Amino acid sequence: MAPKFEKAKAIEKENIVVDGVDISGHWNRMFEQRVITEYTPELIEKIADIPNAESFANCYQCAKCVAVCPVDVVGNYGPRKLYRYAQTGMDLTEAPELWLCTTCANCLRVCPKEVNMVKIMPAAREQAILDGKFVPNELQQAFENTAKSGNPLGQPQRKRDAWIKDAGVEIPVMKDLGRKVDVLWYVGSYPSYHPRGIDAASAAARIFTALGIDFAILGKEEKDDADSQRLAGEKGLFEMMTEYNIETFNKYEWDELVVTGPHELNAFKNVYPKYGFERPVVHYTTFLARHLDKLKPMLKHPVNKKITYHDPCYLGRHNGEYDAPRQLLEAIPGVELVEMGRNRENGYCCGGGGGGMWMDSFTAKHTNMRLSEKRAMEAASTGANVLAVACPFEVSRFSDAVKSTGNEHVDVLDILELLDRSMRGE
Amino acid sequence: MNIVVAIKHIPSIADDLPVSGNNVDFDSVDFVLNEFDEQSIEQAVLVKEAVGGTVTVVGVDLIEELDNILHLAIAKGADKAVKVTADEPGADSHMQAKWLSEAIKGLSPDIVFAGVQASNDLDGQIGPMIAAHLDMPYIGGVSSVEVADGTATVNKEFAGGVGAKYSVSLPMVVGVQAAAKPPRYAPISKVRQVAQTATIDTVEPSGDASSGLTFKKMAPPVATGHAEMIDGSPKEVAAKIVELLKSKGLA
Repeated sequence: MAPKFEKAKAIEKENIVVDGVDISGHWNRMFEQRVITEYTPELIEKIADIPNAESFANCYQCAKCVAVCPVDVVGNYGPRKLYRYAQTGMDLTEAPELWLCTTCANCLRVCPKEVNMVKIMPAAREQAILDGKFVPNELQQAFENTAKSGNPLGQPQRKRDAWIKDAGVEIPVMKDLGRKVDVLWYVGSYPSYHPRGIDAASAAARIFTALGIDFAILGKEEKDDADSQRLAGEKGLFEMMTEYNIETFNKYEWDELVVTGPHELNAFKNVYPKYGFERPVVHYTTFLARHLDKLKPMLKHPVNKKITYHDPCYLGRHNGEYDAPRQLLEAIPGVELVEMGRNRENGYCCGGGGGGMWMDSFTAKHTNMRLSEKRAMEAASTGANVLAVACPFEVSRFSDAVKSTGNEHVDVLDILELLDRSMRGE
Repeated sequence: MNIVVAIKHIPSIADDLPVSGNNVDFDSVDFVLNEFDEQSIEQAVLVKEAVGGTVTVVGVDLIEELDNILHLAIAKGADKAVKVTADEPGADSHMQAKWLSEAIKGLSPDIVFAGVQASNDLDGQIGPMIAAHLDMPYIGGVSSVEVADGTATVNKEFAGGVGAKYSVSLPMVVGVQAAAKPPRYAPISKVRQVAQTATIDTVEPSGDASSGLTFKKMAPPVATGHAEMIDGSPKEVAAKIVELLKSKGLA
């Protein structure tokens, strides 16, 4: 009996001449030069010649990066594509594409050639800034605010600790305390000034106090870490802030630095050592998970919510902390934790990293949806009614995104706020 | 071409303005560069880039913090900086105009730029007074300047969206409303490099020209009214607004 299916066979002739042209060979042989040979590698070399951006030239176009690039999900992007654009005539230092990368590092995770956009992008952006090329206005404003006021929001320095009077607990300030503490808590700019950030900072203060932590803050002496400004290309600004911060940290005696934000963690832990500062730094989730035995009995009031957790890129991929935030959420009675499809190592970026926090309008013009909106929709699709976050950039970003995507029923709350609610029963 | 920019360091109004006695509490307020002077520096650098020359930025150092501003101006393209060391945070626009004019005279300027006004005195008089002291013509409310053959062609803005183009013979003083392009960004690494290498010329304040005005009292405005917030769904809110307009006899 003849088989039902037969493998298709290409018609091949070993020797064939058509209209006097010999086209012998395998069926998919190419008879003309590929278009790509008409281009020169100059614009790729231009980027790879910038110190720290060398790995741009390593790309061999496998496109694994595009599959995980959060910007490609809402547009047409990814390291492989940037390489290809450069190959076909795009000068990255002058193109809008220069500003779309959020340095989330998901591409680096899968890249077999270690093309490192976390280094390439800041270097290429710095070059563009130094050469006086186009810099998005909103970003310039954030740079200028940081240089003038010590924070990207442009709020007055002397109001940096204005929030502490309403926190409900006494928050010691290093300058007034005059003694060594166990924990120096670096609050951060958004938790110090942004109304929703202040909610998280106040919750943290109440939790630290309840746990009996011997802590203090820098108050009016605290200034922005400027790590995201560095990743957005303003290395000079970052170095200026770093010199100030290291001097301020070293003025006082403390054992451990606890930070509210993952970007601060990244700066102090991974970048400051290059500037001579090597001290223990932890994110609040890691710190609180360490105190879970003492914290858990205090979480008396159930929070009956279905919660999904968004991994911040700079806590997860950049610093390997995936478990502590989940342990804290699971310790809250009543909480049902559900995962989004993209989680942990493959977590989707909120769009705020690498300076994206200050380029929202610009990015929106070059994508079909904000990254935060895409993520808010993913959160809503799990059926969760709370999107839990652990990065001060995210509360404001996602609060806007759940509204603009019609998902107001999803509350965006920092893990600190959820712990505080369970502790106090509100 | 000698291009001069007269700038003003003023109390920041990003925060509530602290008042002490009958004036601003200058010790507890941040000082910033007048916003219109940022435009004026940019316009000066644009003119230099178009026709060549040197840009000299001149300001009165009221609180011994003007260096940062002058370094920033150099990083943005100015060539020289001069500060008048007054150490008098409350100096009014009459005094500053006189001191600036004395400092500018020696620079033999072809064109002097000044911000059209500043948010402290709000009288828009620095430019006109410098022009009077230097015996030069003044044109304010300017949004672009082009220079060729000893003549400047300037766009001046009037109320109601009306604009006019003027040709003015140099030397002249220009009150800048906006530069032809948004002010450029100066990378901090460049500003810091400037801070290490640039020299700032220092001159003593000379000449007396106070406005003759004295502060009798300064106080923050008192809030008298309040806004009523209407809660509810869009439909409910709309209904309440209609009701409210009717009750006030407006609909």
